[in-house]
Amino acid sequence: MAILHTVNKSPFERNALASCLRLSKAGSAILFIEDGVYAAMSGSRFADDISAAIADRKVYVLGPDMEARGVAGKIIDGITVVDYNGFVDLVAENDSVQAWL
Amino acid sequence: MSEELQEGVVKKMMYLNRKAPYGTVYALESLEVVLIGAAFDQDVSLAFVDDGVYQILNGQNTTKDSGIGMKDFSPTYKALGDYDITKLYVEKESLEERGLSADDLMDLVYEDEDDDWAEKPSIILVSREELADVMDEQEVVFSF
Amino acid sequence: MKFGILVNEGPYQHQASDTAYQFTKAALAQGHEIFRVFFYHDGVYNATSISAPPQDDRNVAQQWADLAEEHNLDLVVCVAAALRRGILDEEQAQKSSNTTYNLETKEGNGFRISGLGQLLEAGIQADRLVTFGD
Repeated sequence: MAILHTVNKSPFERNALASCLRLSKAGSAILFIEDGVYAAMSGSRFADDISAAIADRKVYVLGPDMEARGVAGKIIDGITVVDYNGFVDLVAENDSVQAWL
Repeated sequence: MSEELQEGVVKKMMYLNRKAPYGTVYALESLEVVLIGAAFDQDVSLAFVDDGVYQILNGQNTTKDSGIGMKDFSPTYKALGDYDITKLYVEKESLEERGLSADDLMDLVYEDEDDDWAEKPSIILVSREELADVMDEQEVVFSF
Repeated sequence: MKFGILVNEGPYQHQASDTAYQFTKAALAQGHEIFRVFFYHDGVYNATSISAPPQDDRNVAQQWADLAEEHNLDLVVCVAAALRRGILDEEQAQKSSNTTYNLETKEGNGFRISGLGQLLEAGIQADRLVTFGD
């Protein structure tokens, strides 16, 4: 099954990102929303983990949440930016949604 | 149950528990959904990952006299078998990184009606790869 | 496609309700059906009718009620979670001997209080359940 994983926590505050990366399978999709978008920034100590995930999973970030936080200009290569319409499309395209709260 | 409910729809549903009990209400209110959900005859499993493993630790005690004054809801996990909730997946790695093993968990069992009501363990210890496979099969995941 | 939405956090403290609202609005605009929005945990606070945010801020409860009115949405507040936290409709207020109640209702298209079975039903009946929380 194709699963869309959502992560809404800063990786510096909680382990939601780590758990998502540990338990998501190749071919699944990961979307960063809310404070989760900080994981999509280049140059952080989590950037290598994200780049590794991009190799076998599709990684997305919610643009409005990046814009709001002033970090839209620093996105790791290979991450796709979506808006709320794109979020809806991802939910529809995948078989189920798993929130890493 | 609503009359609108389609007859015979059985989905694979997982309750994903990643939070410790008492400090926040998520564990307790997740359990309330599990109990209500048992009446819907779905293919239900629970997963205990990260701090969620603390929910099913042995020896929880919250007595009103000397304790924190909150309801100790840990006995409810022992009743899950009576509700036909018999698949409790616990991620080994989450236990190990917390210095825990299966011996630290409550003895959670169910009686198998297909096997002369033999008592069997409900806890299924799984590796991260095994748990990822189980999660991948789920049609609905409740995360709280 | 039919979506079920689960909101686990209250307004203002956490972004969950705002994100759920934006998602729901976008899904409706695309022609998807929202089977139900279920409010659980502190999410029940989204149903208060007596919040008074400053003029220059959004009114989270009101914008849910307005969206519900526009699209005839089913906004369901978990009864057990709501009673614990002091979110009551007229009926629950009478049952619990309270003289006031505070559930946002708007000509039948606002929030309603019901049981957790409504969440399970959303999980079973909707094509996707999308959870917003902390």
